[in-house]
Amino acid sequence: MSIKKILTTGLLLSTLGVAAQAQSLVYCSEGSPEGFDPALFTAGTTFDASSHPLYNRLTEFKVGTTETIPGLAESWNVSEDGKTVTFSLRQGVSFHANADFTPTRDFNADDVIFSFDRQGNPENPYFEVSGGTWEYFGGMSMPDLIESIEKVGDYTVVFNLTRPEAPIIANMAMDFASIVSKEYADAMMDAGTPEMVNQAPIGTGPFTFQAYQKDAVIRYLRNDAYWGDKAKVESLIFAITPDASVRYQKVQAGECHVMAYPNPADVSAMKDAEDIIVMEQEGLNVGYLAYNTQVAPYDNANVRKALNMAIDKQAIIDVVFQGSGEIAKNPIPPTMWSYSEDTVDDAYDPEAAKAALEAEGVTDLTMKIWAMPVQRPYNPNARRMAELMQEDFSKVGVTVEIVSYEWGEYLDRSKALNRDGAVLLGWTGDNGDPDNFLAVLLGCDGLERSNRAQWCNEEFDALIQQAKVLPTQAERSALYKKAQAIFKDQAPWATIAHSVVYMTMRPEVEGYVVHPLGGHIFNQVGISQ
Amino acid sequence: MTFIPTFIGVTLISFSFIRALPGDPIQVMAGERGISDERYAELAAQFGYDRPIYVQFWDYLTGVLQGDLGNSFVTKRPVWDEFFALFPATLELSICAMIFAVVLGLPAGVVAAVNRGKFADRALMSTALIGYSMPIFWWALLLIIVFSGNLQWTPVSGRINLIYYFPNPTGFMLIDSITSGQKGAFLSAVRHLILPTIVLGTIPLAVIARQTRSAMLEVLGEDYIRTARAKGMSPSRINGVHALRNALIPVITVIGLSVGTLLAGAILTETIFSWPGIGKWMVDSIFRRDYPVVQGGLLLIAVMVMIVNLTVDMLYGVINPKIRKR
Repeated sequence: MSIKKILTTGLLLSTLGVAAQAQSLVYCSEGSPEGFDPALFTAGTTFDASSHPLYNRLTEFKVGTTETIPGLAESWNVSEDGKTVTFSLRQGVSFHANADFTPTRDFNADDVIFSFDRQGNPENPYFEVSGGTWEYFGGMSMPDLIESIEKVGDYTVVFNLTRPEAPIIANMAMDFASIVSKEYADAMMDAGTPEMVNQAPIGTGPFTFQAYQKDAVIRYLRNDAYWGDKAKVESLIFAITPDASVRYQKVQAGECHVMAYPNPADVSAMKDAEDIIVMEQEGLNVGYLAYNTQVAPYDNANVRKALNMAIDKQAIIDVVFQGSGEIAKNPIPPTMWSYSEDTVDDAYDPEAAKAALEAEGVTDLTMKIWAMPVQRPYNPNARRMAELMQEDFSKVGVTVEIVSYEWGEYLDRSKALNRDGAVLLGWTGDNGDPDNFLAVLLGCDGLERSNRAQWCNEEFDALIQQAKVLPTQAERSALYKKAQAIFKDQAPWATIAHSVVYMTMRPEVEGYVVHPLGGHIFNQVGISQ
Repeated sequence: MTFIPTFIGVTLISFSFIRALPGDPIQVMAGERGISDERYAELAAQFGYDRPIYVQFWDYLTGVLQGDLGNSFVTKRPVWDEFFALFPATLELSICAMIFAVVLGLPAGVVAAVNRGKFADRALMSTALIGYSMPIFWWALLLIIVFSGNLQWTPVSGRINLIYYFPNPTGFMLIDSITSGQKGAFLSAVRHLILPTIVLGTIPLAVIARQTRSAMLEVLGEDYIRTARAKGMSPSRINGVHALRNALIPVITVIGLSVGTLLAGAILTETIFSWPGIGKWMVDSIFRRDYPVVQGGLLLIAVMVMIVNLTVDMLYGVINPKIRKR
């Protein structure tokens, strides 16, 4: 057979293949999941492959919003003191089955208690299974917050909290709170293979796990017994494709229907292409430059504000984000409730900045700017961003030295209270709650940890602590807006940008919604014939 | 006998290499959120970092001798399982790339040597130089855009069309696609191999061609070749049998050494072509400071390279009986 014949035959078979897989949705994902038990991991890539297709949580985020809706809990009730949350569980929800396990009962309160107990109780036999570090559970302060979880009946559980905490309902919709089957876990423990809970996942979600070939492909089948709206496609396939240019080629060639994280440089060409659809939404993130407010002269808010005025943010958006970003004026993104529209950003004005610095007696200042060694949606090229700032600051008489470290070192050293220099960093929201930005990144509890500005403002901190325990969103929102005003006045950061998230897909894809929390969810995505 | 000290040396180097790099897996794991000192201490104890370094090394060494390379910090799975789930893909691609390089590189080198100074020699060696200098990343993307994007002759990436689904008992897609009995699966696997093979095989091809040319030129000037010519032997027999066989020793050495080049090239090739092999696995693990994977992976790769070079040493004897008799 000639080479031409072989290629032609192959092409024909590929074309037939596309027809044959008409009811399969192929998503070109950017990387491999770390595993399939969401509570063990922290990466969004892992959650896309595990918690979204395979599991449910007590509450869920309505896709496309940060609104919390009922999930495996049909309803919930928060006590007056805010310290007791009672969840009424959904009945008639079945877990998936696989070759080694067939459930004998439906989902109930035992599964809820097990799902959390294994993450916080060292006595639980699953506490150390699969090297569990339960990073998210710990990172969201659950061990301090949850005093106990009680089973009141088969379909009622009560969470007793150590303090009132309004974001607890949103926290229950997070990936680490996915509900796993206690019956399956027990069966695997008895069989001596407890790690299978992570490797051969059993959930209640809209898809069942079929197979995973490491670094290559993940396959799911529609769960026809799903309690909610059933998936629109018969099977879902993740084709793991790490390179963004190759993902784009695959979408163009029809080898994938949907891809995430296009190269910013490719976006305009994608928008012009006839057979490609590009969806976009502002990401739930913020990129910032955090001064060390404990070290002179950055302990002076006027100096910080003067430096902020020296930064040409639009140039950063154009060069670093290649247009796929938006100037940030608040520490929370505009898609988040309580975002303050009233905030006035520090205008770019090098002359005024220079004068303000001189007025504060700051001349011939030499400072360090730390540039992250990794790419993130909130900062696709920190080195370039630092160089632009270096140029901006030189115009106001400030000499900048750019420093960088290996990522682990960077995260570690930037936490130090006496750190020398301002740090480029950012944050992507976990649960759509302003507390997840303001308390984590700027609260006094975050000093020497996630609060890289080392900024502890009593008035600001009192507001966010108070907002955390108020029952209604309106009441909380009012306090968060006040907190944003204090933040802007005190300027512990130069807020730089919120990135725009792009999703690229073929025209036959129907029903895809860009999710503000960053997940890629295909539960209700179909393919037109 | 040099195998044993080399093995111990490699174990020590693979253990210390990743620890010599700055960075800390727990900090990387915690990310932007940061981690409290108490929690850090708990995790360090869980991973065993809080113990003296020589204790950690001793544990690692005794584990290796018992066939236990530990579990990945990231995926929580045994390093051994992960390596052997991915290694067949790298091996399959490397073998194809090496066959491609040898099948084209040897004749190219012979033709260039026989036509020394003529157009064919210059054209082939210039092409080889370009191939050797080609950045793999750029070369791969160029081929994808032309052959997969514009001409649509080959698939963009992956190992097989996703419509085919069957177990992979051997991990070698060419074999498993045949045994699956699914019509068209083997052809699909072959088509997916074409571009990665060309990309990965380009540099070894260039090296082999140049090495063959230079070794052939040396041999062609020997007395016994002149004698063979004087006896009226056909040029094809002189070049193909007498000269090439004697020129093969340095070429085989280069082929053996190219195994390292192939593994280095596999890192980029696998990333671009979404090829689920050990190259990308190792790089990801280095970035995440996944100590067990890096040290275990390095060790296994080093052992593979040692085995290949041992095989090459043995091949010398097959090609040149004089070496065997020594």
